[in-house]
Amino acid sequence: MNDPAGTPALEILPKRRSRLVEFFVRLGREKPLGTICGIIILLLVLVATFADALAPYPYYEMHLIDRLQGPSAQYLLGNDEMGRDLLSRLMYGARLSLGVGLAATTLTVVVALLIGGTSGFLGGKFDLAIQRFVDAWIAFPGLLILLTIMSITGRGVSQMILVLGLSGGVGASRIIRGAVIGIKENDYFLATRAIGSPTTATLLRHVLPNVMPVMIIIFSISVGGVIMAEASLSFLGFGLPLDVPSWGGMLSREGRQYMEIAPRLALWPGLALTIVVYSLNMFGDAMRDLLDPRLRGGEG
Amino acid sequence: MTTYVIRRLLLIIPTLLILTILVFFLVRFLPGNVIDLLEADMEYRDMEIDREALMRMLGLDVPFYVQYARWMEGIFLHGTLGKSLFAGHTVEEKIIAGLPVTIQLGAMALVLGQLIALPVGIYSAIRQDTPADYVGRTVAVIGMATPNFWLALLVMIYPGIWWGWSPPMEYTPLSEDPPENMKTLIIPAVILGTAMSAGTMRLTRTMMLEVLRQDYIRTARSKGLRERVVILRHTVKNALIPVVTLAGAQLPILVGGSVIMENIFNLPGLGRLFVDALGQRDYPMVSGINLFLASIVLLNNLFIDLLYPYLDPRVRYN
Repeated sequence: MNDPAGTPALEILPKRRSRLVEFFVRLGREKPLGTICGIIILLLVLVATFADALAPYPYYEMHLIDRLQGPSAQYLLGNDEMGRDLLSRLMYGARLSLGVGLAATTLTVVVALLIGGTSGFLGGKFDLAIQRFVDAWIAFPGLLILLTIMSITGRGVSQMILVLGLSGGVGASRIIRGAVIGIKENDYFLATRAIGSPTTATLLRHVLPNVMPVMIIIFSISVGGVIMAEASLSFLGFGLPLDVPSWGGMLSREGRQYMEIAPRLALWPGLALTIVVYSLNMFGDAMRDLLDPRLRGGEG
Repeated sequence: MTTYVIRRLLLIIPTLLILTILVFFLVRFLPGNVIDLLEADMEYRDMEIDREALMRMLGLDVPFYVQYARWMEGIFLHGTLGKSLFAGHTVEEKIIAGLPVTIQLGAMALVLGQLIALPVGIYSAIRQDTPADYVGRTVAVIGMATPNFWLALLVMIYPGIWWGWSPPMEYTPLSEDPPENMKTLIIPAVILGTAMSAGTMRLTRTMMLEVLRQDYIRTARSKGLRERVVILRHTVKNALIPVVTLAGAQLPILVGGSVIMENIFNLPGLGRLFVDALGQRDYPMVSGINLFLASIVLLNNLFIDLLYPYLDPRVRYN
């Protein structure tokens, strides 16, 4: 019984599938919509990665003679006010959106783990003080604090990642803190403390692996919101630099300026944004349901 | 219960204090000096300026912590958030001027959002797994993923192309011409409201399904009550408790959304004031609006928490 490999049931199995493969099989079987959305994201990640090879034109290349042209065989989605190919700009926009989104969310998870983990693990006065800071931070309407910080740091890709990652991390730290406090109440935690195992070992061997699913869930349900926040900031003029083709920026500049003459300039970037955020949300929901059904929130 | 309320009220004091520190010092790190900006502005108008005098006038000649102490003194002793760096208004005057627009927009959005979310959510739950339920849920999830500023742009573009109609871009105060005022606010309010209704609709549906499984619903049905009564009096009333909380918790989203809507639709509310102040690097204005809105959210959160036991007698804080 202590040796699972010795039980006959497992010997019959031709090959033991890894837990990861098992997980993806479950994902496909139980959450078909989530899986399709996952595939869409994967495709978009590929487009974003190989934008240099896939885009018909460089995103900055101007064809002034074809400015504000409609869709044609040459330019599949038409051109903007400087004659730049809209499709190419959308593809590079995917690189920025996804790149900033993934990087910022990774930072979010790390920051949430550091703040929430220490606050929950140490507890006591330290926890009380840290949580007042988190309270104050959460009280800021998200967009206001992001706008304020972005106006301090100035437009930029790395600024954007830092700002979104840090401010998201402070908010998400509450979830990690809750999970850590939950772990501390378990008997196995009490046992490791009782046998006197060092704090680092406890953290690495008992706390971290148990917080892992929560981290994955925070990651997958946050990415969509982070991408939306980036687009909102870029739309208001406090986001990514003007010379890069970000979807939010495209909507606020050429999308607004030429909306009567070329409405498709405002149509496509927004549609791309909606598809990405929708896919990420659905995929995130599916991941959450599989990893920890107790965290289901307003799921319908 | 009383101990809990007192504890919560006491804990809000350090939080508010941290809030003032965050708000004040965050904004003071803006790059690009407001003095340089003003200088450039005045040179452009061919005016002589004395840099030192300007610094002194704006109170920027003393170290940060002295500025902070003065700011706090102003708030607590004189009830003022300071003076705007431009146009000579105080911050609270500007906030009070912009507040009615933002409140009206927010209230309209909230009401519209609930008017959409509640019927759809309730219907979706009583007709669980029917096409109607499926359509309602899909629309809600897509609605959550659609950026509200994109929706706003689409509303400005396509009705113009199709029917030659565009939303009015000039704001009319409510006191001057109420119908005209409603016309300017209704479109942004609908967009904001629909954006918020997605979450509410999903929560309403989940809670309805949860309550419908309860024993007391079975009791109500088995004693022969009509389905209408079972749904409206026994289910909806209980299912809506967390929905009320969600409506309160959505305040920060509402504030963020009105920042965007006020900027797109040219409405003179707090959100527009805020973005303009950021653009002008009007330190006191940015700090003031941030502190004002964050304090309101903080108090709102506290209020919801304290209200909860009254809505749901099963919840008792100790």
